[in-house]
Amino acid sequence: MEKKTIVIGVIGADVHAVGIQILYYAFSEAGFNVVNLGVMVSQEEYIEAAIESNAEAIVVSSLYGHGELDCQGFREKCEEAGLEGILLYVGGNIVVGKQPFEDVEKRFKAMGFDRVFGPGTAPETTIDALKEDLLGIK
Amino acid sequence: MQAVLLIDFGSTFTKLTAVDLEERRILAAAQSFTTVESDVMQGFNCALEILQEQLGGVEFIKRLACSSAAGGLRMVASGLVPSLTAKAAKLAAFGAGAKVIKTFSYELTDEDIDVIDDIAPDIFLLTGGTDGGNVKVIQHNAGLIATAKKPFPIVIAGNRSAAKVCHEVIASDIHPTYITENVMPELNRLNIAPAQAVIREIFLDRIVSAKGLSHEKALIEGIIMPTPASVLAALSLLSKGTEKTEGIGEIMCADLGGATTDVYSIAKGYPLNPSVMLSGLREPFEKRSVEGDIGMRYSAKGIVDAQGLEEIINISGLSKEEAENYLSEISKDKSRLPSDNKTKAMDFALAALAIRTALIRHAGELERIYTPSGAVYKQQGKDLTGIDKIILTGGALVHSDNPQAILDIAISNIEESSLVPRNPKAIVDRGYILSAMGLLSTYDEESAINIMKQYIGGHVDRTGQ
Ligand code: B12
Repeated sequence: MEKKTIVIGVIGADVHAVGIQILYYAFSEAGFNVVNLGVMVSQEEYIEAAIESNAEAIVVSSLYGHGELDCQGFREKCEEAGLEGILLYVGGNIVVGKQPFEDVEKRFKAMGFDRVFGPGTAPETTIDALKEDLLGIK
Repeated sequence: MQAVLLIDFGSTFTKLTAVDLEERRILAAAQSFTTVESDVMQGFNCALEILQEQLGGVEFIKRLACSSAAGGLRMVASGLVPSLTAKAAKLAAFGAGAKVIKTFSYELTDEDIDVIDDIAPDIFLLTGGTDGGNVKVIQHNAGLIATAKKPFPIVIAGNRSAAKVCHEVIASDIHPTYITENVMPELNRLNIAPAQAVIREIFLDRIVSAKGLSHEKALIEGIIMPTPASVLAALSLLSKGTEKTEGIGEIMCADLGGATTDVYSIAKGYPLNPSVMLSGLREPFEKRSVEGDIGMRYSAKGIVDAQGLEEIINISGLSKEEAENYLSEISKDKSRLPSDNKTKAMDFALAALAIRTALIRHAGELERIYTPSGAVYKQQGKDLTGIDKIILTGGALVHSDNPQAILDIAISNIEESSLVPRNPKAIVDRGYILSAMGLLSTYDEESAINIMKQYIGGHVDRTGQ
């Protein structure tokens, strides 16, 4: 199988460093070529990394509760930079307060994210999604 | 006595330094105007005569030379993303001692090729994509650079998956092509030594002879590197030391010229505070940056643009009219030297602000991001706040009465976020021996470091015109 490249990182001013490390190992283990940008990643950094590494997906993690704000305009910036149609995922603690996940999911999808993962999602779920979206494996 | 002759073919002066390896001391130093138009050897012979007058005719066991004559090593580079491979390419070229005339990012255009033909670089450095990453842009750029009409060698140091195709597209009689390792094989990881080795090889094989610098092979056993590469080698040795001689630790150097200002840092530059996140391209331990728009004469306007006339007036104490007059005078007469207290004060202000600008551009940047739970910090580039020694060189600094005052003003009034040294001591290389010692380091490291430790910060008489 040709290795697909994905870019991962924790967006915005978020310093929660443990989860992304776990995702890095899980995705690498699953056969992806993973570019891990770590914590405090700006939209521009994801995009630049995806351009240089020819990535086919960007997996955004957000844990500190400001993910929605940090993700605004991300899809538009990707398109502006020539990354048309790149796969965008988001996950982590993106549901803040007492609101149903479905509402949050809807808003992130409206922003152009292809898949939105709620709190407590196991890495395997994301791996299956990546395999389906990038390799057509169901 | 074991005398070695060290030669620096500069753009204005050819500087000779004679050292004795046995006693590890400088025997004599001399200089003469560089005469590129006729033959660089003329200036060399002239300086040699002055030197031998002092020495009474010694035999040299070795002659080593570096050169920045005939425009230095002029390069153009291209990469993909400006902050990634394009920056990596630039860092590679600067570290190899080149003058980077222009750096391109993303896809080149036909117009860009016209610009490159106008520049007619000595070497073109083609990069882009991490290994296994983007191939499209570097291949596109290879196709375009192949259409350049001027002859120049091309170094391919990009995505390894694209190297062969690029080579096939480009290689021709007018564009000899070299493949080497990627300057950024993985995201944010710099790998510039292989590209620098190839650049140096090309410099030796092709450029030295093309520039008429090696007519007399027998006299000079070899121009072995561009002058800035030699300075970098000297600083690196002085900082790190050898097995027998201790180095002086992390240092910086600022070389203030008439047209450009070079800054070197031999330092890791990691965040000093563990709560600071390091992001972006990891910069090299031995870093050189060049500000092409910052200099005491040809680029005085760049200093004004960067720091503002107001600041020049504040520091110099002159009136606006006086300051403007002097600036217009030096723009007309590049060899104008300060003649009285007022013009001295102007040169003082220009020097301090040139160094301030160049230090800020060289050093990293700390970004403070506010969150509900307090501030978090993100660092780009090198944290040089802890560097306590800066070697100063270049005319305006070497001849200054008070270089420490220039440096103190240079590091004042800078944003907290700029990671420039906070309290550095000025050490002046009055004898311009750095480039000579970089050369010597390739032959006898121990002598080079011991001579530097004795003489840098002290005085060396350099006679000549
Ligand atoms: C340790 C910790 C910290 C440490 C972080 C140290 C560090 N450098 O890593 C410190 C003390 C600095 C910290 C600070 C803050 N924290 Co905190 N922190 C935690 C804590 C206790 C553990 C986080 C952790 O490491 N978990 C272990 C890893 C393995 O799990 P994970 O990070 O959740 O990641 C997994 C999954 O979320 C998922 N995942 C993550 N990203 C993605 C992306 C995709 C696409 C998918 C599919 C899955 C996925 O997979 C990962 C691996 O299994 C959590 C509470 C908790 N128990 O989760 C709070 C928590 C994350 N913090 C929280 C908050 C609010 C903060 C602060 C804003 C203020 C505060 N209350 O302290 C600051 C923010 C600072 C900043 N700028 O980021 C909240 C977030 C609330 C929200 N989002 O609604 C939490 C949930 C605590 C709480 N219940 O209030 N925190």
